[in-house]
Amino acid sequence: MGVLGFSEEECRAIIRAVDEAVSNIMRHSYSGRLDRPIEVSCRSLRRRSNGKGGQGVEFLLFDRGPAVDPTRLSGRPLDEVRCGGLGLHFIRDSMDRVEYKRTGNMNRLRLIKYARSSKQRPNP
Amino acid sequence: MIKISARRVDKATIFDVSGDIDMSNSPELRKALLHEIRDARASRVIVNLSGVKYMDSSGVASLVEALKASRDVGSSLVLFGLSASTREVLQLSRLLKVFEVRDNEEQALTS
Repeated sequence: MGVLGFSEEECRAIIRAVDEAVSNIMRHSYSGRLDRPIEVSCRSLRRRSNGKGGQGVEFLLFDRGPAVDPTRLSGRPLDEVRCGGLGLHFIRDSMDRVEYKRTGNMNRLRLIKYARSSKQRPNP
Repeated sequence: MIKISARRVDKATIFDVSGDIDMSNSPELRKALLHEIRDARASRVIVNLSGVKYMDSSGVASLVEALKASRDVGSSLVLFGLSASTREVLQLSRLLKVFEVRDNEEQALTS
C-alpha cells in the first residue's frame, strides 16, 4: 500500500482495521466458528473528488452470518476502563469511511481510507 | 504465533512476550498474567512488549483484565518496550495513561 502513497502509520491503521473487521466477523457473525466463509476484496481508488489527499484503498468484506443491527456498530464510549468493544472503535478510528449493508443473505462491510497528501503529512 | 516466557528479577516477575498478539493467542497471555497476579500473588508484574510488533483489541483487553486484577490484589502492572503499533492501539483505546508505561526494563523495575 506504500505505492499508493500511504505512510507507515496509515498502513498500520489499514491492517488494524481489516484485522479487527475479520476478527469481529469470526467472533460475532459466526459465533467463533472458524470454518465459515469470509470474502475479502481490495481495490485502489482515485483521489477524492475535492482533489484533497492522495489515492485511496477500498476493502469489501462479505460474510454469511445473520444480519447485524446497525445501531450496534457505533462502538462503545472510551471513558470507562473495561475489556471488550474496542474492535469497532479501532476500525472507525483507522478508516475514513465505514459502511455496513445487508445484501441478500450476506453482510457487507465497506472500509475506505485515503492517503494524506505529502503536504498534509506531518514531518517525521 | 506468540512466545511468552517469565523470569524473576528481585521481587518482580517479568514476562517477555514476542510475536503478534491477536484473538488466536491473547487468551494465553491473559491466562499467564492472571495466574501470576491472582494465584502467585506477585507484587509487581512487568510485561516486556519489545518483541511485539502487532497487538489487536483482544490483546488490549487481556492487558486491561490484568490491570484490573492487579488493582484488586494491590499489586502493580508495568509495561515497557512498546512498538509504534502497540503504542498506537493503547492511545486509540485512551489507555496509554491508564497503564504504567516505562521505556525500558531498568525503569520498569525501579519506578
